[in-house]
Amino acid sequence: MRKVAIYGKGGIGKSTTTQNTVAALGEMGKRVMVIGCDPKADSTRLLLGGLVQGTVLDTLREEGEDVELGDVMRTGFADCRCVESGGPEPGVGCAGRGIITSINLLEQLGAYEEDKQLDYAFYDVLGDVVCGGFAMPIREGKAEEIYIVVSGEMMAMYAANNICKGIRKFADAGGVRLGGLICNSRNVDNEKEMIEQLAKQIGTQMIHFVPRDNIVQRAEINRKTVIDYEPDCGQADEYRTLAANIENNDMFVIPKPIEIDALEHLLVEYGMV
Amino acid sequence: MSTSSSLPFEDFREDVSKAYPSKVGKKRMKSMIQATPGGPSEIQANVRTVPGIISQRGCTYAGCKGVVLGPTRDIVNITHGPIGCGFYSWLTRRNQTRPETPESENFMTYCFSTDMQDEHIVFGGETRLKEAIQEAYDLFHPKAIAVFSTCPVGLIGDDVHAVAREMKAKFGDCNVFGFSCEGYKGVSQSAGHHIANNQIFKHVVGTEDEAPEGEFRVNLLGEYNIGGDAFEIEELFEACGITLVSTFSGNSTVSHFARAHHADLNLVMCHRSINYLAEMLETKYGIPWMKVNFIGAAATAKALRKVGEYFGDEALKARIESVVAAKLTETEEYAATVRGRTQGKTVMLFVGGSRAHHYQELFKELGMKTIAAGYEFGHRDDYEGRKVIPDIAVDADTRNIEELKVEKDPDLYRERKTPEELETLKAKGLEIADYEGMIPDMDPEAFVIDDVSHYELEKLMEHYKPDLICAGIKEKYAVQKWGVPLKQLHNYDYGGPYAAFGGARNFYEEIDRMVGSKLWDMVTPPWMKPLEPRPVEIL
Repeated sequence: MRKVAIYGKGGIGKSTTTQNTVAALGEMGKRVMVIGCDPKADSTRLLLGGLVQGTVLDTLREEGEDVELGDVMRTGFADCRCVESGGPEPGVGCAGRGIITSINLLEQLGAYEEDKQLDYAFYDVLGDVVCGGFAMPIREGKAEEIYIVVSGEMMAMYAANNICKGIRKFADAGGVRLGGLICNSRNVDNEKEMIEQLAKQIGTQMIHFVPRDNIVQRAEINRKTVIDYEPDCGQADEYRTLAANIENNDMFVIPKPIEIDALEHLLVEYGMV
Repeated sequence: MSTSSSLPFEDFREDVSKAYPSKVGKKRMKSMIQATPGGPSEIQANVRTVPGIISQRGCTYAGCKGVVLGPTRDIVNITHGPIGCGFYSWLTRRNQTRPETPESENFMTYCFSTDMQDEHIVFGGETRLKEAIQEAYDLFHPKAIAVFSTCPVGLIGDDVHAVAREMKAKFGDCNVFGFSCEGYKGVSQSAGHHIANNQIFKHVVGTEDEAPEGEFRVNLLGEYNIGGDAFEIEELFEACGITLVSTFSGNSTVSHFARAHHADLNLVMCHRSINYLAEMLETKYGIPWMKVNFIGAAATAKALRKVGEYFGDEALKARIESVVAAKLTETEEYAATVRGRTQGKTVMLFVGGSRAHHYQELFKELGMKTIAAGYEFGHRDDYEGRKVIPDIAVDADTRNIEELKVEKDPDLYRERKTPEELETLKAKGLEIADYEGMIPDMDPEAFVIDDVSHYELEKLMEHYKPDLICAGIKEKYAVQKWGVPLKQLHNYDYGGPYAAFGGARNFYEEIDRMVGSKLWDMVTPPWMKPLEPRPVEIL
């Protein structure tokens, strides 16, 4: 089983990209589990056709210790398994601790065991690596490969670089590696070249450039992935390519985050046409 | 044994620092000085302990909940946090209390905690806290409920103050207030004392109008009734005709605190833990404060006479003199019978923020020599006197603690003494709004060591082999394994009281027993015996 975590700046399209990729992998016949690590619990909405009822943490609260895997895991598009960690309302408690609790529970319940015959576990993680809880999926070998969703916008690249610092911190101890950058295009000038260059400087690759297309928005309104909503469109093929690239990926590195000056230089060189 | 005949101070410091990394060694050296007047008198205190060093210190929560609020019997003290903090701070200080009647409230024997679980960390513990407050209210209908924050509460951001406000408004007849006293908040428990002072002043003091009867009304600040000390002092005040309005906080009730503004003088025992309250009471209500010490027979007589001097009433002075005459002579006579066995013995005191100073009085009366002393959580002013306060650098840890803006109360402020009168009293030797600290009272040869480490304590024993060490439970057995008896001055080893005249007598008796014991000479612990060759195991 390959254990993959998707990170990236808030609002960059991590959940959408993850779910479309998972849908494509499902189509290819892969058995995939998605674990949403965001208190909003919206990482599996497109695969399940609606927001999940009963997150891991809610179920734990309501049922106490007697939780079974079936209580927290749903089956969605292309037979993929969907779990949402859930978490507190904004401004209270500790969402990071919640993620730790959830992942521990999933392990305890045997979600990753051989008998589940999973090909992939995907962690969709909220925003940056802000604290120990959000670093949980990259610690202790829980996720082995990371993909960072990024665009050609300054702050998205800045966040990607920051996430690399988190990965490097845990790479020595836990063996986590960066698999590449996924560029989720915002139609920024020279975007593809810029992200390719950023990837090169960090020591990784741009694993795919996903163009911007309104079909994604329409599919989302219908609570579906593009692959489910309009399987024959070009955008669906883009996600299939991304899935295939991940499936065939063999470049796993310890990233070398770059200095802020270098990042700004990159923007000036590539971003000003 | 005296320090002068053994390893000189500088050599001792050098020997100790050898074991530390050089940066740590340099830092620790600043916390070790000799009490020599004219020497380098500045001591480093109230700075963070270097991680890895075995320190005597406790945490901010311990200082707030355990020390200052712990001895008050009719406040339900709820620890908001996982169970350990509440459980291990439960009755550990042996504060005693005497409810007015057998039916009167006494919650000190209970341990209240919200017993936070993983779920409350993740989703926030405010609901859990409200439920706990409600449960306590329904069960006991107390006059007051206090909430103490442990470390995780600060990390997850539970607003204990908002919860307290809400519950107070809901009940209408129960004062509910919270403390942001998370354990990590300060250098030591000292931060917790300050936080406790602030909240008690803000939420309790001045909330009851009824003035207690009495001509000479005082508050006793920083006396926590360990082993019944406060009972001794209370008895003494009564005999002298001094009315005790409130003690902060030995043998106290929340109503005592609430009417504390009616006193005309604040007597400060433990300067470190309570000077904030003394200053705020003076600013807001016009009550002057004076440093006193009721530990030691002579010190007790001196303190009482200062109170007489302050009120300037001849009848009071005469009454104090008659009490002193009866008690002091009797106590001194007893000391004389003990002194033959204790004279010349040496002692080291590493405890508290005042106790290491106060107890030197009792040892003086026994003819014993304090060769080293230091505080766990004192600040520079507790060593060098309040005159250094303007020179103490304000660090980030201190900034973390709220500084209350206190002003004259338009209705309740009443000037007790004019500034001129106070100056006259100061000239007579009364420590009005002042504390000269521990160092001036010490032998010039003696060592002063702040936040002594376990290792340094062992080095002290190795080089100077004192006849007695006074510290706490964390040091007790490590010290006794060296064949040196240890007297606990936090909980008195189940003994006490040691305050005032009756207490002094108890202390003489106890110390006579401890330093006179031949037990320690008879024991050779296994690690002091020569090593015997062990058979080699061949696998």
